[in-house]
Amino acid sequence: MAGSDPRPFNVLGKPLRRVDALGKVTGDTRFADDFAMPGMLYLKLSRSTVPHARIAAIDVSRALAVDGVRAVLTGKDFPVPFGILPVSQDEHALCLDKVRFVGDPVAAVVATEELIAEEAAALIGVTYEPLTTIASPEEALRVPEPRIHDYGDGGNVHKAVAFDFGDVPAALASAHLVVEDWFFYQGNTHLALEQHAALAYLGTDERLTIVSSTQTPHYVHRAAAKVLGVPASRIRVIAPPQGGGFGGKTDPFNHEIVAAKAAMITGRPVKIALTREEVFYCHRGRHPVLMHMRTGVDRAGHIVGHSIETLLDGGAYGSYGVASTFYTGALETVTYRIDRYRFRGCRTFTNKPPCGPKRGHGTPQPRFGLEVHIDKICEKLGLDPAQWRIDNALAEGSLTANWLKVRTIGLVPCVEAVVAASGWKERFRKLGRGRGLGIAASSYLCGAGLPIYWNEMPHSGVQLLLDRSGSVTAFCGAAEVGQGSDNVLAALVAEVLGIDILDVKVVTGDTALGPVDLGSYSSRVTLMMGNAAVEAAQRARDRLADAAGLGIPLERIAFGGSRVFDASDPEKGISFAEAVQRAEAKGGTVGTIGSYRPPKAPGHYKGAGVGPSPSYSYSAAVIEVAVEESTGIVRVEKVWIAHDIGRAINPVLVRGQVEGSVYMALGEALMEEQAFRRLPPRLSGALVHQTPSMLEYKSLATLDMPAVETILIENPEPNGPFGAKEVGQGPLLPVPPALANAVYDAVRVRVDEVPITPEKVLAALRSSSARFGPSKFPAVSWPEALIVPPPWEGGDGNAINEPKRRERPERRRAEVAKP
Amino acid sequence: MDLVPLTTPSREKLRLAFTVNGEPRDLVVESYKTLLEVLREDLGLTGTKHGCELGECGACAVILDGELVLSCLVAAVECPGRSATTVEGLRQGPELHPLQQCFADHGAAQCGYCTPGMLVAAKWLLDRNPRATRGEIAEALSGQICRCTGYLQIFDAVEAAGRTLRGEPAPAPLLPSVHRGSTNGR
Ligand code: FES
Ligand code: FES
Repeated sequence: MAGSDPRPFNVLGKPLRRVDALGKVTGDTRFADDFAMPGMLYLKLSRSTVPHARIAAIDVSRALAVDGVRAVLTGKDFPVPFGILPVSQDEHALCLDKVRFVGDPVAAVVATEELIAEEAAALIGVTYEPLTTIASPEEALRVPEPRIHDYGDGGNVHKAVAFDFGDVPAALASAHLVVEDWFFYQGNTHLALEQHAALAYLGTDERLTIVSSTQTPHYVHRAAAKVLGVPASRIRVIAPPQGGGFGGKTDPFNHEIVAAKAAMITGRPVKIALTREEVFYCHRGRHPVLMHMRTGVDRAGHIVGHSIETLLDGGAYGSYGVASTFYTGALETVTYRIDRYRFRGCRTFTNKPPCGPKRGHGTPQPRFGLEVHIDKICEKLGLDPAQWRIDNALAEGSLTANWLKVRTIGLVPCVEAVVAASGWKERFRKLGRGRGLGIAASSYLCGAGLPIYWNEMPHSGVQLLLDRSGSVTAFCGAAEVGQGSDNVLAALVAEVLGIDILDVKVVTGDTALGPVDLGSYSSRVTLMMGNAAVEAAQRARDRLADAAGLGIPLERIAFGGSRVFDASDPEKGISFAEAVQRAEAKGGTVGTIGSYRPPKAPGHYKGAGVGPSPSYSYSAAVIEVAVEESTGIVRVEKVWIAHDIGRAINPVLVRGQVEGSVYMALGEALMEEQAFRRLPPRLSGALVHQTPSMLEYKSLATLDMPAVETILIENPEPNGPFGAKEVGQGPLLPVPPALANAVYDAVRVRVDEVPITPEKVLAALRSSSARFGPSKFPAVSWPEALIVPPPWEGGDGNAINEPKRRERPERRRAEVAKP
Repeated sequence: MDLVPLTTPSREKLRLAFTVNGEPRDLVVESYKTLLEVLREDLGLTGTKHGCELGECGACAVILDGELVLSCLVAAVECPGRSATTVEGLRQGPELHPLQQCFADHGAAQCGYCTPGMLVAAKWLLDRNPRATRGEIAEALSGQICRCTGYLQIFDAVEAAGRTLRGEPAPAPLLPSVHRGSTNGR
């Protein structure tokens, strides 16, 4: 374990106020849009009004003539494309020759006032040559021309992948029971309360500085250098604390790059704050996914073969989509024993705002399908679905069919905890018509095993500076989205050094002031930054112990209460500040570094890079609902949720992440929809967002939130800092399927898609099949499947129908790694 | 495609003398501005946030002459002579308001972006009804969207602050129960 276990802890596990609480409750925390500079100009983007068209001409003359306008930019100013993944460099900061969705930015105006910029932007005239609109993945498969992009896997297919981990058809042929299902998970958006904002300026330090609400300052740094042609060493990206992200601020965005270019052109600070409507266009939210599952089980319910096909509606750009596609299949195997596994995934381009990573990235959709699917299998076999999950849980230390190494697994205790707390055994299938209980379980990553671009460097670094006052400054590139990463950093350093958490000052989210951390995505920060912090702090501890001069063996030196003392004679010791002074006198300024890189993964086939993680967290939920049969309205009575946290660094913050995940999941399960409609022909027939406002995009308000009982399973993870795992995303996953299963328990109808709206419940109640949901999966021309034998069928982690990849580093370099 | 011409807002200046957080302010602002813009841009009081500027999220809530208002929907021209309280006005000198203490202790501020609006709305409630129940708290905050917390820790914090204001001991933050030591290791 990184970080030995010096119980009792000083900081860990204590319900301390988070270190950044004061700024948040006073209004002093400065978010991106709270920054202003003298002489600042304002930027507005002019966005496409048509979903798919060639740009024939752009007339900026009227905009340029407006008093107060300083510059107008168009696609010509941004010839270099960018994108978050090396394989999807398909965005231009302003559209070059084509627009791909209503809201795609075409031109930009920089002016002395925001209002002038807005007025002038409205005067930009664009002549479009309309192209066929591709509105859905089915349409994308049917209509290969015109192509939305000229790259990808043919026509309007962005990415199609196929894997056979063992012979699933053979397994199904000999199975006791085969169940087939179709599910649909509607897209939804992050709706972080803070709208994206960016301020760019040429600093007096000769650096182009971009202050932006981004979860990934390091990736913005790289994209800005590439597009703007400025050496990366002369670019500084500052990510102030964000007003929520949930994955919506993990791409480099066009507005950030345009603001930076505008600052370069005008020599003035340039600021942009997106409107809420524009945030809906930025999107990068949950992919709508259609799923087809076939699963064979033996008499006891054990899964002998599982097959899933997914069809993702990617929207207009690549974003993280290749990774998202892999993720709709990668984590199917990490919860229950599955002998053989077949996965097909396809992402299409459509003329809608791009989808990307949202909390759970690509996995809530198949998790929803799988957990409802299992509920149906249990029903058919007459098994209790809670007990099935206990009986079929993966064993600790397993290698899965798709070659993921899973270490500690808190799945069984999670299920047992929610079963006990909810009174499951006495109440499941016994609540009477209109009331129901449902259960589901899940798993998520604690950080992706590979970075987004191939490299051998650490994923996170932490640098400590120990001051002779006894104050410690921790520098790290990590971005504080609101999740509490600054607090994790301070808590771990304080724990190792035995000092007050407020004696640790954190400096984060600034590419010029801290070592790289890849960003706040894939639930990686607690584990990766945490391990780096522990390593740096232990090195500092070693230096202080060595210089303390207590005249005792090193192993007896203890740190605690801001003192360095003799563990067997606690009276004997010196203050922490004194220890720093002695270390400084002995060896010079006291600074240490720590860094972290995940362990190598056992899979070597192409595509094995998505799915590995140093650790997986587990969750289980039981939900109780009341369903009104006359209206179809589902009321959530209570949620019991257990999460395998490894170790809770701060139980108040952990509870907040769990409940926040439950809240967001209930929104997805019941009401949230990023949906589109066609305008009538007389209004251009364009494909537009149905509800680009907070009022119409329904999310849970205070009165909709049910009671939640949160239970933590603490079973320290050897790969986590002091045993800690993630909590930001995992607890979202079991909620939508548990809710669907509860609806079934209440009224015996299946709604096999989310959101589970009253209309769908009513439709299911009225249908002869007692079901609402998709019932077919379109024909996709899948690529030849990679055949990778599972570990227990003699495999070595390579595909048998592609060249061994271990010996081919140049191919690994080209591989997409993922968040 | 033809663009709809915008009607240009008035560029006349407005003399705005009003009270903010108990202090008199006298300034000249663009007359088209909202109270939110005046607070953030002209007075530099960036504690008040915006999530929509359309009256849909509650992030911009302030108290104006004793009423809870959405500052993005209040025109500056409505404000002369009036008195506004923002999140910056909650603290008395270095002392945090009990609501601020309790929000900090109970994890009610995650990203903190909804927090100023939540605090102001909660203050407005407790000023009127220091005995507000959990249901009344949820009702009073129903116009405030928070995307992070799931609201429950916010309710806890407001309840706790109500207790403090009534001179009762504030409860410690409610913690999840922790089960230790069990695994799947079979
Ligand atoms: S900014 Fe005023 S209600 Fe959203
Ligand atoms: S704490 Fe982030 S929106 Fe409420």
